[in-house]
Amino acid sequence: MLRVEDLWVEVGGQQVLHEVNFHIPVGQTHILFGKNGSGKTSLLLTLIGYRDYRVVQGRIIFKGREITHLPIHERVRLGMGVSFQRPPTVRGLLTRQMVEICNRSGRDYLPLAERLNFVPFLDRELNVGFSGGEMKRSELLQLLVQQPDFVMLDEPESGVDIENMKLIGKITGELLERHLNRTRRRSGLIITHTGYILDYTNADLGYVMLDGTIVCTGNPFQIFATINEKGFEECAQCTI
Amino acid sequence: MYHLSPEQEARARQALEKESVYGAPVDFAAYVHDRQAPAGEDFDRLVRQEEETLTKAGFAVDERQRAASFLQVNHAVSRCRRQVEGVEVLPTREALAKYDGLPDYWWQAVPVDGDKYTAKVALEFDNGYFIRARSGVKASLPVQTCMFMEHQQVMQNVHNLIIVEEGAELEIISGCATASTTAAGLHLGVSEIYVGKNARLTFTMIHNWGEEVVTRPRSAAWVEAGGVFISNYICLKKVQSLQMYPTARLRGPGATVRFNSIVAAPAGASLDMGSRVILAHPGCKAEVISRAVSFGGEIIARGHLVGEDPGVKAHLECHGLMLSDRGLIHAIPELEGRVAGVEMSHEAAVGKIAQEEVEYLMARGLDEEEATSTIVRGFLNVEIAGLPAGLRRDLDELLAKSNAGGL
Repeated sequence: MLRVEDLWVEVGGQQVLHEVNFHIPVGQTHILFGKNGSGKTSLLLTLIGYRDYRVVQGRIIFKGREITHLPIHERVRLGMGVSFQRPPTVRGLLTRQMVEICNRSGRDYLPLAERLNFVPFLDRELNVGFSGGEMKRSELLQLLVQQPDFVMLDEPESGVDIENMKLIGKITGELLERHLNRTRRRSGLIITHTGYILDYTNADLGYVMLDGTIVCTGNPFQIFATINEKGFEECAQCTI
Repeated sequence: MYHLSPEQEARARQALEKESVYGAPVDFAAYVHDRQAPAGEDFDRLVRQEEETLTKAGFAVDERQRAASFLQVNHAVSRCRRQVEGVEVLPTREALAKYDGLPDYWWQAVPVDGDKYTAKVALEFDNGYFIRARSGVKASLPVQTCMFMEHQQVMQNVHNLIIVEEGAELEIISGCATASTTAAGLHLGVSEIYVGKNARLTFTMIHNWGEEVVTRPRSAAWVEAGGVFISNYICLKKVQSLQMYPTARLRGPGATVRFNSIVAAPAGASLDMGSRVILAHPGCKAEVISRAVSFGGEIIARGHLVGEDPGVKAHLECHGLMLSDRGLIHAIPELEGRVAGVEMSHEAAVGKIAQEEVEYLMARGLDEEEATSTIVRGFLNVEIAGLPAGLRRDLDELLAKSNAGGL
């Protein structure tokens, strides 16, 4: 699904990523761990094609096609989707209108909005005055409607209370088709801080990012346990 | 001159050379003003040829869902049709003849010698509309009007009177447009608006001019105790030069006014516009909200609140969006407190479109151009409080159709 080869990225002349290599096969979900400022979000924004994230070396291959320099919307039309950690507010644009923008297949999204307890927010301006949890549910609804083949989630659980966490976790798991086995077509990359999302996604592989590069690859549950026990620095030293 | 008192006429003559404080001077000699010329006011022909232009100016040619219609082409009345009791619509000239010159209203809110434009309208008056909602009448459908200019370089001098008597409620959708074949012209429009005690008027003006039209509207409103005046102004198409500074005077306790403006200036357009409110009694309230987008054109967005009583509240909000490295948005909010205890505030912001918003929308599959125009439409889609649902839908459609100034 996605292959990243020797990726080096700068923002405003400052290096934010270097020597990043990984591969997410079809049907797999991988988890990206790392402390604040390690480059996790930079990687995600580079993958989706944000202009300020300039690829200076390396390649991004998506579904067998090089997309390193494609504009954002073309990557999205190829099947990438992203839930942002802190999406911007867009005044005057109703959340419903944004959901409709995502809805290229013209499906009935109301049942999805109902499941996310999100119907009352559809007629509010996008992200204006939304709480952390409301933002995450808005982002998730957009992804559910968009139905991308490759789903990127940037801290889907941050700012969410326990009750909503369960809801978001469950629906995220479904979006990533974790309930299916052999027939799973969708892939994912999830950034998590708290690890709560692990309980719902049964991810295949985990990475630890430190100072702009991946320093550890392995079983995500084991990595998470090590981080909890010894911290990120220690984690970077070991090889599981 | 039957429609002017000798004193008014003398004042107008003296003001014929008086330039406006704002806006570039206009040379009247560049325009043709001939009240004898055929105006082509046949309504059916207009509807046939200009339906789209009229529709974009808010004029529903089928006249359904409208309490009354008034349409003027150049100097001639093309349509004046009333469908609802209690709401009177007449050409101004007829109303003046019928009601002895309407001395309580005629040139009362707008001074005849305000500048050379008011003077010109006074001395070379074509016609206009007179709309009156009788005391206590609550019209459920809006009245629509349109000032239409056809023929190159034509000058149109209009004087309108709107009277909403005590306790009455009225909506007016007032469009201005030029024929699809006409690019240039000069429109001078005086509008005097009288909102009686506990009356309510929603007045929505939509400009859909030709690209080289010059216009100098001169409007003023008097709002009596407990009255509510809501003015919406929309101009999304290129107009060469517009200057206006309507003034609302709140003349009794609890009078309320709200001015909403939504404007876009493509390259080559120059808009100098603002709203002024004088709050002179306890409990008076005013809100002036403007949204301005420059695609390379110039916009001066003014606003002026004058608080003359301790118990008044007023807010001015001016937001501008620059979408080009050329052009200009100059927000000039003014607050003038004349006694202790006034509560007045303003908020002004001029900025560019946020890249993170564009990229956010692109991450949902829109290309850059689609993302930008979606954000611009959102920016202009100000929640106009008090706007009736039908009008809201009309505006949304207009905004969607206009493609926000050509993006």
